[in-house]
Amino acid sequence: MIQMTDRNSDQLAEKGSDSEETRRTARQVLVIEDEPNIIEAISFILSRDGWTVSTHSNGETAVEAVRRVAPDALILDVMLPGRSGYDILQDLRADVATRDIPVLMLTARGQKNDRELAERLGVNLFMTKPFSNAEVLENLRQIVGS
Amino acid sequence: MPQSRLTGSRIRERRLYLGQKQAALARGVGISAAYLNLIEHNRRRIGGKLLNDLARALSVDPVQLTEGAEDALVGSLRDAAVRLPDASAELDKVEDLAGRFPGWTGLIAAQHRRIQELELSVETLSDRLAHDPHLAASLHEVISTVTAIRSTASILSDGADIDPEWQKRFLRNMREESRRLSSSAQGLVDYLDAGDELEATPLVPQEELVAFLDEHDFHFSTLEGGELELGERVSALIAGTDKLQSNEARQIAHAWLERYVADAMDLPIDEFVAAWDQHPGDIARLVRQFGSSIPQVLRRVTTLPESDGQSRNVGLLQCDGAGAITFRKPVAGFPLPRFGAGCPLWPLYTALARPGLPVSALVEMGARTPKKFRCMAYAGPVGEMSFDAPPILEVTMLILPEDETNPFEGEAIRAGSSCRVCAREHCPARREPSILTGRTGEGT
Repeated sequence: MIQMTDRNSDQLAEKGSDSEETRRTARQVLVIEDEPNIIEAISFILSRDGWTVSTHSNGETAVEAVRRVAPDALILDVMLPGRSGYDILQDLRADVATRDIPVLMLTARGQKNDRELAERLGVNLFMTKPFSNAEVLENLRQIVGS
Repeated sequence: MPQSRLTGSRIRERRLYLGQKQAALARGVGISAAYLNLIEHNRRRIGGKLLNDLARALSVDPVQLTEGAEDALVGSLRDAAVRLPDASAELDKVEDLAGRFPGWTGLIAAQHRRIQELELSVETLSDRLAHDPHLAASLHEVISTVTAIRSTASILSDGADIDPEWQKRFLRNMREESRRLSSSAQGLVDYLDAGDELEATPLVPQEELVAFLDEHDFHFSTLEGGELELGERVSALIAGTDKLQSNEARQIAHAWLERYVADAMDLPIDEFVAAWDQHPGDIARLVRQFGSSIPQVLRRVTTLPESDGQSRNVGLLQCDGAGAITFRKPVAGFPLPRFGAGCPLWPLYTALARPGLPVSALVEMGARTPKKFRCMAYAGPVGEMSFDAPPILEVTMLILPEDETNPFEGEAIRAGSSCRVCAREHCPARREPSILTGRTGEGT
């Protein structure tokens, strides 16, 4: 069962609700995004697809959250309050503990420069808003598989 | 020190102006002609007593020889030269030039400043679209809400079972996001509308003219009906506005108002308004009734006074025989390019190709909510006709928007503004690609 996230906190969607067993078998994805309703929709479809979903919406503390959660995959928005997704990605790639986590980046702009920057920083895939739910699932499977 | 070097040029200028020989002047101040020559070519710095002696011999204040108001000027000239290196301006002679031709060099500097201002305004205009933070923020907001709506909507509609609690929650999110979307979209529209006004700083005399006419709502009651002192009244109107900044603008405004006076005499305002209100849009009838020319009636319609406090919603376009637009009175929904030629499909150009034949057609402009316009155009010669010279043509096109309660019937020409900002696809008349259709070549 999926638990609703509390909009005003960065608490993990699954925290404390699922059995230890689920947590071990299901793959974990961390969604770093600041739009509550996008978080909710993405969390829902990912959970339904068998993912264990954690969410975080503050750019400044995002790197910390990634270290804490140590997810199997990361969905990272570019425009975050406090810190941009590019900076976060750069930090993640510089740290041994997080450098291999597959990252799917979300952006509202699909411009060539943005893509190039993200690729240089070591993004696995890049997705432009608005996207379809199927795209999210497919891309996530692809980066985890690769 | 650049001043002291320029001093030599000024001494030389002054001496030549007085018609003195170098040797004579040198002798007068007790130096050799060769030394004076070096001074005059800015190869030796001078000051103190020798400068004072030279100034006295040349009957000028020493300050006039040394003072360099040119410092800024020289800097500006250098800057201008550096920016256009292809012109290979002689940078080493810049001080000479400034010293000898202060007027002309002042002009170069002023033009350089003007070019920089214009470049800046072009940059600002294009940056607005690409980098405007407000625009970017609004678009980001729109895209975020659309993303949430799209994702949520497809969860709700993909046919899978959803817990009623979740369903309720998603429906609430949708409602919330839709409301957010409509307000951010409205904000965006407001912002772009405001941009229209910002952009309206006149750059060419024709635009100054239109700004001036707009101030008067294209109607001049002081030029109606009377026959006395019309010339003075025209001059008073031109003197009494701050919209006509350039001489050229004042000149074309003068010509425009004189024509207005002539039209006003031939087509007396009260009778004309009555006739128009009775049969609005019936140009042929007005031509018959007043025995005037078609262009005159088309122009006169554009200058009708307000009716019930509402300005008359009509537009007018004029072009010359080369198709260059010479006058534009804009009307809502019929976007006119600020520069360059318009849409080749406009009846204005049909009329240009058929001088002497009245052209009337419905035109649909490619806006989001396409509106139809009745366009009536006529091309005729202006000025005196001659067997020995080509006729000077002028085309006049009246633009009447459709009345929402009584829309125009019939097929309309699907036209646009200028090609750059027209999104119509597969247009046979297109002369250059649009900036509105996809950058990557995909259509919209």
